[in-house]
Amino acid sequence: MISFLQTIGRTFLSGLEAIGRVTLFTLKSVLLAIQPPYYPRLILKQMIEIGFYSLPVVGMTAIFTGMVLALQTYTGFSRFSAESAIPNVVVISLTRELGPVLAGLMVAGRVGAAMAAELGTMRVTEQIDALTTLSTNPFKYLVAPRLIAGLIMLPVLVLIADIIGVAGGYLVSVVKLGFNHATYLKNTVDFVQALDVISGLVKAGVFGFIVALMGCYHGYHSHGGAQGVGKATTNAVVTASILILIFNYVVTELFFAR
Amino acid sequence: MSTDLKIKVRGLSKAFGRKVVLNNLDLDVPRGQSLVVIGGSGTGKSVLIKCILGLLTPDKGSIEIDGREMVGASSDQREDAMRKFGMLFQGSALFDSLPVWENVAFGLIEGRGMKRRAAKEIAVRKLGAVGLGPEVGALYPAELSGGMQKRVSLARAIATEPEMIFFDEPTTGLDPIMSQVINELISKCVNDLGATALTITHDMHSLREIGDQAAMIFEGKIVWAGPAGDVDHSGNGFVDQFVHGRAEGPIKMPIRPL
Repeated sequence: MISFLQTIGRTFLSGLEAIGRVTLFTLKSVLLAIQPPYYPRLILKQMIEIGFYSLPVVGMTAIFTGMVLALQTYTGFSRFSAESAIPNVVVISLTRELGPVLAGLMVAGRVGAAMAAELGTMRVTEQIDALTTLSTNPFKYLVAPRLIAGLIMLPVLVLIADIIGVAGGYLVSVVKLGFNHATYLKNTVDFVQALDVISGLVKAGVFGFIVALMGCYHGYHSHGGAQGVGKATTNAVVTASILILIFNYVVTELFFAR
Repeated sequence: MSTDLKIKVRGLSKAFGRKVVLNNLDLDVPRGQSLVVIGGSGTGKSVLIKCILGLLTPDKGSIEIDGREMVGASSDQREDAMRKFGMLFQGSALFDSLPVWENVAFGLIEGRGMKRRAAKEIAVRKLGAVGLGPEVGALYPAELSGGMQKRVSLARAIATEPEMIFFDEPTTGLDPIMSQVINELISKCVNDLGATALTITHDMHSLREIGDQAAMIFEGKIVWAGPAGDVDHSGNGFVDQFVHGRAEGPIKMPIRPL
């Protein structure tokens, strides 16, 4: 019984320790990111890596999500003769929830894993130590550009995903379900509000920061050779995905709680 | 006298969990001389050098560089000290995302704020000093052999013309001819720059080639220190066993029967 309680206590304490370490890493990263020197070339490189190269996967996710959403809404709503609500459901679901969450999860899988693997390899091959000996702060050189790029580029990706997702819903509704295309677009534009889009973009910014932070944190603290890098990569994706779901609720609560 | 010392280490201790790696270690590195620290694997050589460079934080003890205490120093003070240092890592630790010339010029561009064109000229000159042609500058580290990577790493260590250079196992993993080439290059570069050097190695040939002074580390302590020429007749049991590679002696290898 005592050993069982000890295990619970140890797990709880190590959980608190991990939260403390991540918090300190975040504070240090943010404080150093706002101090010179800045690395615009590296920020631009990361923006291309996170934004441009994630476009195909995020775009594919968005278009098929929009299409499925229209189809499912139709099968469900037709039972109540409420098919006309399809444009409203599609645009609200995508802008508020599905766009940012799915884009965040896809980017976590693609970019978060790559960041953890890159920084993890740099750590185990002493490249991060080499940076320090060359009078370059690894937080400013490696972590800050990734955090800034994640914060900026995920909202851009989500905005594009919103448009592509709505287009997917439009395509299915007009081509397959026989909706009038002008009415569909009018309903979409009339129903969507600025707050729907803005809340989604704020979520995207938070998710982009989380993805980059988890990729950098786990990569930076990687140890134990190839196995350690593999573990860091897995942990980066898993923790980023869980945090995205948690913070999705938190931001939703902040925007829409009554 | 402390004024003649580039580095003065007193009572340095470092443990990882229950494993004590450095145990109240004292070490003096005389200014303008090349000190070689020898010792077997796992005796604390790399941890010692990482503590001096500030890559690891010691549990207790003092490290003075040019008479200034470095344990507990601010990051700005540490970055200032780093500008005087060059470091050759055991695995070369070249940045694999950058071409060779940018690796060599990294400390000049990022650490000193030099223009890229001027830094490239210096990098090509330093590559020449370690026997590599300018065409190597355009290659990436993955395209180089182990010996060439070591030479590029040496070029990077001397690019900023540091006051002090650290060498971590400079000949490990190299064939005897390339080891000799690296040893000669290290001697030449250190002499040309008039730098202080601290090398850690278990290669006795390196010790004889590049050392003015020698020290032996065992179980986290310096067990002998003296002129490099005295290692063959030190009268110290640890040094004698190490130099002659005997299995019997005060250094016990815990080997269990099959």
